[in-house]
Amino acid sequence: MTGRTVRVTVNGVAYERSVEARRTLTDFIRDDLRLTGTHVGCEHGVCGACTVLLDGDAVRACLLLAVQVDGREIRTIEGLERDGQLHPLQEALRDCHSFQCGFCTPGFVMTAVALLEEGATPTEEELREELSGNLCRCTGYQSIVAGVSEAVRRVNGDGGGASGDARRVEEISR
Amino acid sequence: MKPAEFEHHAVDSVEEAVGLLTELADDDVKVLAGGQSLVPLLALRLASVGHLVDVNGVTELATIADGDGLAIGATVRHRQVERSPEVAAANPLLAAAVRRIGHAAIRNRGTIGGTVAHADPAAELPAVLTLLDGSVEVRGTGGGRTIAAADLFDGYFTTTLEPEELLTAVHVPALPAGTGWAVQQFSRRSGDYGIVTVLATLALDGDGRISAARVAYAGVDAVPLRSPVAETALVGQTASAELWTAVGHDAAVVLEPASDLNGSAEYRRHLAATLTARALQQASERAGVRA
Repeated sequence: MTGRTVRVTVNGVAYERSVEARRTLTDFIRDDLRLTGTHVGCEHGVCGACTVLLDGDAVRACLLLAVQVDGREIRTIEGLERDGQLHPLQEALRDCHSFQCGFCTPGFVMTAVALLEEGATPTEEELREELSGNLCRCTGYQSIVAGVSEAVRRVNGDGGGASGDARRVEEISR
Repeated sequence: MKPAEFEHHAVDSVEEAVGLLTELADDDVKVLAGGQSLVPLLALRLASVGHLVDVNGVTELATIADGDGLAIGATVRHRQVERSPEVAAANPLLAAAVRRIGHAAIRNRGTIGGTVAHADPAAELPAVLTLLDGSVEVRGTGGGRTIAAADLFDGYFTTTLEPEELLTAVHVPALPAGTGWAVQQFSRRSGDYGIVTVLATLALDGDGRISAARVAYAGVDAVPLRSPVAETALVGQTASAELWTAVGHDAAVVLEPASDLNGSAEYRRHLAATLTARALQQASERAGVRA
């Protein structure tokens, strides 16, 4: 099987690799780019652990082929901190003790980052619906919902855009 | 698991896609759109292909046109339909049905053409096309043709598309002004396919009588089904909770669903009866008002 060249920007860094057509984006990110923050769970689109942002949209990396992201922009969990400071979402999740074993964490975080960057102010019911594509086997979800709700309040509360956290989310999203 | 080896062909035009589908017809070729059903099948090795023709780069397939109903390009993402003001205005039932597909991350990639061509008997979009007498446009080397929904779904995961044809657009009629609608679905977990899904539209005349009614099901047979029993029983009647319950019962007893791990045939009939009554109630509440 001949290799195909993929040029992609991940967290603002340009990469070029030669891959097989069947290489999933998950394996490309973890094994070819050595960015192991993106976790791989079910490999068939059920668990959400491999969620990354493709041109700003949350997607399952295991259901994309690396050859399909040629010329596109990917963001992973490694792209969230700035100068040693966590993303406002990560701070809120830490403050709410949102995680236990941490395996599902990167997927939840990237799903919720997409939500925050859209300026969403979901009700708890809507938030649970938005997060329902990510599986967690430890927490029972209460603490995760609490953490994301807290982040929504800090970032998009009061109409959004005004707080320091909102400015930081905007800056990191660029 | 990982998919077995295949060749990937990214194409820019419908002609190029159809050409490859024809040329590689004897070598296990499949169309790749959103990949939200095909890639899991490949990863689980329930399916294997020699070649994938990737139509994500065909820009002419990625638009929604609003004229005589909605013409939705095959690679339009579910998320785009869900958020489209044109869709919300022309056919709110379609937007509501699309919102039931998978999760946000799935809907960001999954395509309208893909879900119709995949023809999962539990899927929402094939049932919407069946309910509203929609159709699809397909293109082959010999030109294009339109296939009515009633002639499209041919069995479990099977359509009447020829192997070298590409589904290019889905036509969904607009809901007539004043038509009430409902999407009722039961699934064990958020984002799962519905075990049973019921779609309904109702129109009421000035005296509160039902002047038009449509009812369709997904998940109760190998293909989506209309319910002539329900539709005939509804027209001319006056809206009431007793009517919804009676029609739900009569429509459900003639269904012949399969039993599987998600539920027995009897359970599916029970769901169909209950969800039909709820759908008719909800549709009647929305009738007369453009929701």
